[in-house]
Amino acid sequence: MLILTRKKGESIIVDGKIEIRVMELEDGRVRIGIEAPKDIDIVRKELYERVGEENMAAVRHEHRLEDMKKLFKGNN
Amino acid sequence: MKVQTKEFGEIEIPEENIILFNEGIPGFEEEKRFAILINEDKDNPFHWLQSLDTPDLAFIITDPFKIYEDYDITLPQTAIEKLRIEREEDLIIYSIVVVPQDMTKMTTNLMGPLVINTRERLGKQVILDNSDYTTRHYIFKQDSPEEVK
Repeated sequence: MLILTRKKGESIIVDGKIEIRVMELEDGRVRIGIEAPKDIDIVRKELYERVGEENMAAVRHEHRLEDMKKLFKGNN
Repeated sequence: MKVQTKEFGEIEIPEENIILFNEGIPGFEEEKRFAILINEDKDNPFHWLQSLDTPDLAFIITDPFKIYEDYDITLPQTAIEKLRIEREEDLIIYSIVVVPQDMTKMTTNLMGPLVINTRERLGKQVILDNSDYTTRHYIFKQDSPEEVK
């Protein structure tokens, strides 16, 4: 991992097209501003990981859709 | 094309049902090609998202708008760009279902809907940052929502 030191207001440029700027520093929290082309996804890592974990959990299924449907009819 | 599937063995999948997920989906970044296998039973709200490269990999999916009538999302601009979405009517949205041993506790991921542009046959699991939705919404009403997990 590349590690850089930046002060408030300073930026880094990634690949000539993505700017990541340190906006504010306060009590161990950093506010970061990102400017990137429209086709670059930016998402907090913990959300990406949570979706990944949920996807992993989703493939471990042993039930049949028919049985799931029966339940659906009974409940909704 | 002929495809090996988890549930149905080898089946024929029409080209128009093959969806390209250019980035894979979180946790399965290498899986790019999927097919939506719509349940032949029109009354059954559950369908399959079948990987075309890994026969054993299939997700149960559903139409989140049928389960949560007031489900309401705004697609981020990046998703609109990547999926080349021009018309709302080209869009189909599914959500992945997790089915635990106790089926009454099945949940669906409303924070990470599968967004598909049927015209371009492009798909993406969009992560809705800053939404009130989570990855685990119960599909059935729970008697004791406070119950310890």
